[in-house]
This record gives sequence, structure tokens and C-alpha cells, in this order.
Amino acid sequence: MNVHQVLSQFQAQGLETCFHDRHINSQIYAGLNGRNWSLKEYEARGGYQALRKILGQDGGEGLTQDQVIATVKESGLRGRGGAGFPTGLKWSFMPRQFPGQKYLVCNSDEGEPGTCKDRDILQFNPHIVIEGMAIAAYAMGISVGYNYIHGEIFQTYERFEEALEEARAAGYLGNHIMGSGFNFQLHAAHGFGAYICGEETALLESLEGKKGQPRFKPPFPASFGLYGKPTTINNTETFAAVPWIIRNGGQAYLECGKPNNGGTKIFSISGDVERPGNYEIPMGTPFAKLLELAGGVRKGRQLKAVIPGGSSAPVLPANIMMDITMDYDAISKAGSMLGSGAVIVMDDTRCMVKSLQRLSYFYQHESCGQCTPCREGTGWLWRMVDRIENGQGRESDLALLDNVAENIMGRTICALGDAAAMPVRGMLKHFRHEFEHHITHKTCMVPAYV
Amino acid sequence: MSSQTVQAAALSAQTQARFAREVAKYPADQKQSAVMACLSIVQQEQGHVSPEAELAVAHYLGMAPMAVHEVTTFYNMYNQQPVGQFKINVCTNLPCQLRDGGKALAHLCDKLGVEVGGTTADGMFTLQPGECMGACADAPVLLVNDRTMCSFMSHDKLDQLIDGLRSAEGQA
Repeated sequence: MNVHQVLSQFQAQGLETCFHDRHINSQIYAGLNGRNWSLKEYEARGGYQALRKILGQDGGEGLTQDQVIATVKESGLRGRGGAGFPTGLKWSFMPRQFPGQKYLVCNSDEGEPGTCKDRDILQFNPHIVIEGMAIAAYAMGISVGYNYIHGEIFQTYERFEEALEEARAAGYLGNHIMGSGFNFQLHAAHGFGAYICGEETALLESLEGKKGQPRFKPPFPASFGLYGKPTTINNTETFAAVPWIIRNGGQAYLECGKPNNGGTKIFSISGDVERPGNYEIPMGTPFAKLLELAGGVRKGRQLKAVIPGGSSAPVLPANIMMDITMDYDAISKAGSMLGSGAVIVMDDTRCMVKSLQRLSYFYQHESCGQCTPCREGTGWLWRMVDRIENGQGRESDLALLDNVAENIMGRTICALGDAAAMPVRGMLKHFRHEFEHHITHKTCMVPAYV
Repeated sequence: MSSQTVQAAALSAQTQARFAREVAKYPADQKQSAVMACLSIVQQEQGHVSPEAELAVAHYLGMAPMAVHEVTTFYNMYNQQPVGQFKINVCTNLPCQLRDGGKALAHLCDKLGVEVGGTTADGMFTLQPGECMGACADAPVLLVNDRTMCSFMSHDKLDQLIDGLRSAEGQA
């Protein structure tokens, strides 16, 4: 075998993470099998009908820009990247009559630990993102877009480029799309290993060919974005939700979920479950049901804790998790956040100090160094958690951890500082006794850990 | 990097064609946007990004050499020094750690006889830890030479990967 053949044996086929028939009412992942990503097969599933509909190419009258935005507002779709901002509202902020160039950007820089949903969308259903972006571009009067894809999933970037070629050849991208007056050019770009570029203004800097250091807001991207021009940025899954909404109506999408939390959501489940993977389920599904879909806790062990929305979200103990539903409002009320939908499950053999040690290492490694509280504070947090884990903790460390975390929060340009502080505060709130035990006894409370 | 002593590397016609394809994605006055892609192309072709290559990219895109160097040094995946023929990055972030990402890295250390960050004596493998690759449900995962991800890497599969790559290169 040559090198390519050797490597190809180990590439994920999506069977475990995406094509497992354990989604509930799936829209984005519906009908996928790993082989049917191409344009022809996307069309056979009803693909590009939403774009035809708004352009009046399906025999109807078409939709105005205002009608598209109103439909997305009605759907209750909220940003799937982490912040949960209402998508229709974001689109309405775009100055449509701005005379110069405007840009549309898709944030596929999926690097929030625990998250792998956008990879499966782009790999196995790339045209749904292209169609969603084309609809968004039409609604906001934008003629150029970029999809910035996480550098680590390079093969997915190449797949998306192939899909772009298909869409251009079929007339779904380019000038006079399907004979209309609508023009939209879409290109793919890739990162190369920087978590911070998932932050939207850092992503814009990176797309401009610079270090990915976040910009101060305001001005927001809607007024000063890519190359200083009005720009709208949405997450991959957000764009992927749009074609279904246009085809079926905003109200139908809203009814898939629950009020203020419309639609389906893809949750990436990792850690101590029998079947890690992506699960597309209606918003508001109980966590207990999601855990069941993922095969339950691994090896029949007891659930201890869950980080419900990516590593930046505060951890929640099992008893709280088993009582909540998976939607923005319920998780927020429980003291954490839905974030990117990454659910990191930990069983009763896991040491919370060791877990936080790894996360704190990550944040100090990925701090861009621009703001002092984050640059210095994330390193300080990691050094403290590291020494507690290694039996060198001091009595005063817990108060100091609280203090440093509190002094990072809200004092940095972007949310990475908060993202580093929130896991610390969550761990100390719910599992303080484990940290105290480590400091007092110089050993771990739980038996043998990885 | 001392730009006085560095001579820009020559870019082959093929490399320039690949650069041109990236540059074409951006407005004519925003060629700098292609720098990430150009540097990754250089790395794929030469194994790492040398000061000479940075200077060539700077000239091609009309950028200050230091602006290119800022990009090379900011993003984790650019190799600023030569690495082995196969650079392997194993994810050890929390979701992977919970599913033996750390053990996978340790197993490769044993198998290759190197420390984390090290290169085998024959120059074939460089082993590094990695941060989240966005494939958490596939853990343990690793990247080979930045562009190929390998999933569900049990110890048996790790052995097959290393043995397979050695065999493909005629060094089994």
C-alpha cells in the first residue's frame, strides 16, 4: 500500500457520528448516508428548492428580502455557534442599502472542545450550507461570501470546495443566479490551528490575512466587518437550518422546538457514553432522552457531571442535568449555557480537578495575548489548578482561583477570557469538595483516573 | 528572522499556480487574505515554513515580511522548523482525554521511542500533542501532516498506522 492507501483506512466514515438513525425529526442530517453529498443527490432530497422559491423560479412569485427576513424571525432560529442570538434580528441589522461591497461570512471554525457537528454537515451535506448562505445573501443584498473552515478538518475544506464547484457549474452561485438579477460569489478559506479564530472578529482578522486577534466591539461587523465593510457572520449550522425554514415556513420550524427556541439542534456528545456522536433532535428534548440516544453512560457507570455546551460552559452535576431539557432557556436557567451544543459527559470515575487542569491548559495555550487579564490570568489559573492536581495546592488557592476568574470576566475584548473563567467557577461551585480534598490530602478523591 | 541575510526562495510554476488560485478568491487589493493558504501550501510542499519561504510569500502577496512571519508564528499548525516526514498530532483535549487521547499519545511515544515533541532518529516521524481538532466523537483522533485526520485510533490501529507508513516508505 502507498501512503495514501494506508491513511485512508483510518478516516472517519460518519457511520458512528452521523448515519446512525438515532436522530429525532432530523432536518439537516435527514437522509444522509455519506455517499449522497453531491449536488444531484442534494437536489433529489429537495435541495435548492428554497433558493428557487425565493427567486420565483418554482412558478411562484418569489419572496422579497423583507419576507425572507420575516420568515427567519418567525422561525425563532437562534445562532448555533454559541451565543444564541436571534438570526432574523441579526440579518435585519445589516444596512441593506449600503452602497459599497457587503460580505457574508460562515463561521466553520469549529474548535470549541466537544463540538464536531459542523464537520459532519460540511462533509456529508455541504450544499445545504451553500443554499443557506445564498438565501441569506439574497435577503441582505450581499454579493460576496466566504466560508472559513477549521484548518484541522482539511479534507472537509476540500469537500466544500468541490461542492462550490458543483454549485457554480449548476448556476446556483455566480452572476444572474437561475436567470434572476441576484449575484452571489462564494469562496472557502481555511484556518491553521487557532481556537481564537472561532470568535467572529478574530475570524475576520484571519480572513484578512492577519493574526487572529479579536477586535473591540463596537463597531459591530454589521457596520465594520471584513475589510471594514458591513458583514454578517453566522455559524454553519445556522445557515444549514435556513433552507428548511424557507420551504416549510417559520411557524413550522418554531413548532419543531419550543417557544423562543425554535427548530432542531445538533448536539455533539463526547466523553463517557457508549455511542459518542452527533444527534439532531428537537430543541427542548430532555437531556435524559439525549443520553439514552447516545447509549447511556459508558460501561453502565453512574453519571457524574456534564458540560452541556462546549468546554467554555460551566459544568453541571448529574442531578441537575437529568432534570433539564436541551434548549437555550432551560440550560441558562440551570446556570450554564447551550453554547455550541457540545455535550461532554463524565462518569463517576472522573476527577474534576484533572478535567479542569486540561481545560485550563487549553485556554492559556489559546489566549491570543492581546488583553492582560486573559493573557496573564489564564496562565495563572492553569498553574494553580495544575499544582492542586499535582498535590502542591495551597489552602489559599481556592479563594485565589475565584478571585482571578472573577477579575478576568468582563475585562477582556472578547469572550475567551470569560470562556476560561466560567469552567473554573462552575467546577468550584459544584465540585469544590474535590479541590479541597486534593489540597488537604494531596491525592485524588476518585479512584484510578486515565 | 533576519531579513538582511535571507534570500527569498524560488517558487515553482506549479506553486505559483496554486497561490494564484487562492489569491483569486479575494478582492484585487486584498491579496494578503491568501497568506494562510499560501503558507500551508509551502508547508505541504517543503515540510516547513522557512524564513526564505516566508520572504517569497511576502513578495508574491505584496506584504511586509514581518506580517507574514506574524501569521506563521500565531497559528499552531505552521512548522517553523523542519519536522519528520510524517508529523503526527494527537488530540489530548478534555473530550479526547476522556476517551484515551492521552493514552494514544503515550502509546505512540513508546512505539516510536520518542518523547512528546520529538522526531525519530530516522527522521520519519515527529510526534506532537494537539488541541481540539473538532472531531471529539471520533476520539482518539490524530492528524497526519496537517491534512489527513485519523479517527478511533485504538492502540492496534496506531500500530497499523505506524507500521503501514513505514512499510509504504520501504522501511518496514
